[in-house]
Amino acid sequence: MSRIKICAQIIFDASLGDILGKIQVVLKCPVTYCQPMSLAFPFSAIVGQDEMKLAILVAAIDPSIGGVLVFGDRGTGKSTAVRALAALLPKMRAVIGCRYGCDPASTSVSCEDCALLKAKVEANGKAPPKSHLVPVPVVDLPLGATEDRVVGALDLERALSQGIKAFEPGLLARANRGFLYIDEVNLLEDHLVDLLIDVAASGENVVEREGLSVRHPARFVLVGSGNPEEGELRPQLLDRFGLSVEVKTPSDLAARVEVVRRRDAFEQNPTTFTEQWKKEDERTRKRIVAGRTRLDGVLIPDAARQRAAELCMALGTDGLRGDLTLIRAGRALAALQGDAELGDAHLRRVAAPALRHRLRRNPLDDAGSTVRVDRAVAELMGG
Amino acid sequence: MTAVTALSGLRRTESHEAGEWGANIPFDAALVAALFAVDPAGLGGVALRAAAGPERDAWLGLLRHLLPAQTPWHRVPVNINDTALLGGLDLGATLNAGRPVAQQGLLAQADGGIVLLAMAERLPLGTAARLAAVLDSGEVAIERDGLTVRKPARLGLVALDEGREDDERVPAALLDRVAFHVVLGGQGDPLAMGSDWQSDDAVKARALLPGVTVSDEAVRALCAAALALGVGSLRAPLLALRVARAAAALAGLAQVEDEHVALAARLVLAPRATLLPASASADDESNANDDDERDKPPDAVADDQDQPPPNPDAQSQDPPPPQADASEQPCDLTPDTDHADTEVPDPEAGNSLAEMVLEAARAAIPPGLLAALKLGEAARTRAQAAGRSGTAQKSQTRGRPLGARRGEPRAGSRLNVIETLRAAAPWQRLRQREVQERALRLAPMGNACATHTESGSAQTSLGPAIAPAGASANGPLSPARQRIHVRREDFHVTRFKQVGQTTTLFVVDASGSSALNRLAEAKGAVELLLADCYVRRDRVAVLAFRGTTADLLLPPTRSLARAKRSLAGLPGGGGTPLATAIDAARELADQISRRGETPIVVLLTDGRGNIARDGTPGRVRASDDALAAARQVRMAGITCLLMDTSPQPQPTARVLAQALGAVYVPLPYAGANALSQVVAQVARAATAPGVR
Repeated sequence: MSRIKICAQIIFDASLGDILGKIQVVLKCPVTYCQPMSLAFPFSAIVGQDEMKLAILVAAIDPSIGGVLVFGDRGTGKSTAVRALAALLPKMRAVIGCRYGCDPASTSVSCEDCALLKAKVEANGKAPPKSHLVPVPVVDLPLGATEDRVVGALDLERALSQGIKAFEPGLLARANRGFLYIDEVNLLEDHLVDLLIDVAASGENVVEREGLSVRHPARFVLVGSGNPEEGELRPQLLDRFGLSVEVKTPSDLAARVEVVRRRDAFEQNPTTFTEQWKKEDERTRKRIVAGRTRLDGVLIPDAARQRAAELCMALGTDGLRGDLTLIRAGRALAALQGDAELGDAHLRRVAAPALRHRLRRNPLDDAGSTVRVDRAVAELMGG
Repeated sequence: MTAVTALSGLRRTESHEAGEWGANIPFDAALVAALFAVDPAGLGGVALRAAAGPERDAWLGLLRHLLPAQTPWHRVPVNINDTALLGGLDLGATLNAGRPVAQQGLLAQADGGIVLLAMAERLPLGTAARLAAVLDSGEVAIERDGLTVRKPARLGLVALDEGREDDERVPAALLDRVAFHVVLGGQGDPLAMGSDWQSDDAVKARALLPGVTVSDEAVRALCAAALALGVGSLRAPLLALRVARAAAALAGLAQVEDEHVALAARLVLAPRATLLPASASADDESNANDDDERDKPPDAVADDQDQPPPNPDAQSQDPPPPQADASEQPCDLTPDTDHADTEVPDPEAGNSLAEMVLEAARAAIPPGLLAALKLGEAARTRAQAAGRSGTAQKSQTRGRPLGARRGEPRAGSRLNVIETLRAAAPWQRLRQREVQERALRLAPMGNACATHTESGSAQTSLGPAIAPAGASANGPLSPARQRIHVRREDFHVTRFKQVGQTTTLFVVDASGSSALNRLAEAKGAVELLLADCYVRRDRVAVLAFRGTTADLLLPPTRSLARAKRSLAGLPGGGGTPLATAIDAARELADQISRRGETPIVVLLTDGRGNIARDGTPGRVRASDDALAAARQVRMAGITCLLMDTSPQPQPTARVLAQALGAVYVPLPYAGANALSQVVAQVARAATAPGVR
């Protein structure tokens, strides 16, 4: 059976001259969605923005940190960095024939596809379901997406032509085990935000439609970007992001020239440019892979836990999430750098991204949250 | 010398054909049209600030004339919905065809062409973000109505901005992504007009464009100029670079010359400037210009013939006055480059290019523009902070419809019948069959058919074989067939957008010091403002403070008569509990904004508090408390206006205004009219919908 199925056949009522473009068949792999054909700007070629790059790498090493929020000025390459991530991630193993890209190594059956496959195996006494390597999904949630495409709905095509009720997985299913990227996250419709919060918290998506009830795993790393001038993010959604990064345009001429030069070179000849940075990207990928394998082995000494707790108390962060994220991010950083133990140096580097969006507003202190975190870090650990 | 030919290539003055197209357009604007026509998708677009009228039409006509024939040209209305803009399910065709038929959105239709954005100054941020995403990626990504489609949409945007006030502008997300910001209108000098581009100029340039090379120096010069002009976004130098390429291609060259770089800086960077770099050699400059007049090559002199005399009105606020550019810019470039080539060693040449580029951009910034910009910016930041909750509220029941969302009509939200039916329509066949099957199962004669229904679990494929069975059961079930099956999950409710109501909160200092000075005048000023509020249908509230307390004399009301009465009866005398008053004002403003209205606080005081928060007298503590309270108001982002009621403008009041983040108006100098104008301005900035 072909793994590729025709999910939707779409006819555009185009002008007569456009006969070829009239019928567009969208081929969708069951697991990964075909990424846009155009090449993405290489991650390694991004100039500066070290905190953003670090946060993205740390989140890629430990998905349980809970994603990254990138907020900042226009034209700083926020979405460029996130979109570049897709090319950087090592492939993952997924069950063949499972639309949710389940991990063959996982012991519990969490989706209907896997359950079906397993039942077949038991009935026929065949070998267990095969698995294959697929790219880690980095799914774009475009503005204007409707709810049915986000959570999944009935397959309209089959309902209309055959009268069959079949579930058509949405973006959340596609993002399972990968990343869900929302550009302009602060402009997203409120009801979609609520929905995402819900799923991100539970790791499971439940859809009820036409008397059909589907439940499938939707564990994804939420990555958002936006410009704070266009609206703030609701605190509930803000809190779901493990790390938050503020990006600013570089003010140093050399860096700016380099940004423009590389971008221009990329636009003039994307293939050559990507080729030039392939080696560097490959190196980063290896670092991610190595970091992931080291992650569980990184020691967390009590002193480090204490430090994290002290820092959170000094800043008065809400809840324990800050504490937890700080330690996890520090551990992931240690793993990335190949260190055996979580130490002050790691905490110092991840303190701002892990905590700055969790601070209560202090009316008597006009200083920005980054400054406040830095100040607390300096007080606790010395300049 | 190449520069000179390139120049005349750009200006096209040697062409004697009557300029039917663009004859009435300022030189720069026409040049923008030509450059844009060379590379619409690469340059992003043009923000065209102009009133609707012949001049704008002429510009659009010129652009259309320069674009290759058959270029898609689509107009997007400001309140376009997502289905029309991005695409979605074509319900009618879908139901007819019996399979999903996509409706192509305007953006996908405009692939390779131009999208005209009407009334772009009123564009909702959401629409702007969708457009920005398309400009960035060159494709439309649709995840709507069960469709997943990506369509190429490489297009150029023309944002028609009819804004009159400073705060009515195209959303910044779009301004950042379009190369050109052009202002038309008002200062038309007939001599500055008359560029006659040929319809195939841009087409020829398009063929050259991919091969145009740029020197490293040019990149560096553009970046340096952008930095010096305080242009933060890195898109600006990138767009300028593309403009330089397009300019070279338009001149028929395969390499970007210095003058193209200068041109790009003038057209792209200057309108974005937020800083005015000091010109180190202002005097030298003017001398050099004089020299240029004499040394000018013959064809450049010829060029000059259609140029205007220096215009004394060039200092108006609109950037950039085309006549100034046309006369100065292209001319002083040529000798400069020659100079660099012959005498100065290479590293310095880079420097001089950077300087020249910066100078080109600088010259295009009219004096006074930046001062105006700064003022406007202050008002805008306030507006944005205040607008967070007050302006453009999402409302369940009132206001302008903002589309529909899935949900049940309860708690006062209104069912959107059309959307509900739309949602239900595709599933009708499925549901009808379900109903039939249920009926068949119940019917005793349905034995033969029952086998079908048993296998009819949701997932299993029945295939089209079921159709005849359904048809056979058609007779008794015909009423069910005619009914439209609408289920709870189809329900859509309408969302509304409401422009925030403004409530002006007057906080009046009725203490002894104020009473002595100018309580009566303050009352007069408030009455004037009340009249203004009446015109704007604002609500007002009055809070007075004296002794140790601040009292709400008048809760938010629309009755201006009551407001007047409460003020008239306001007694004066006692201490000045400034901190308490500011706290009370903040709390009230908070309540107001939580109700979905935009509060504006107008504080009338001399700023000399003498009662601390806890009610104890003492000037030092009182003023500390007042400043702390004021900072809280600023943190809360409440729009504020402080009227200094002391006989002479006091530094204390000014400091307080600063802490409040308030606009400071000293009463002694504010005439009644000026006063109401200031308030109106602040109010407009605070409530303008769609302001960034």
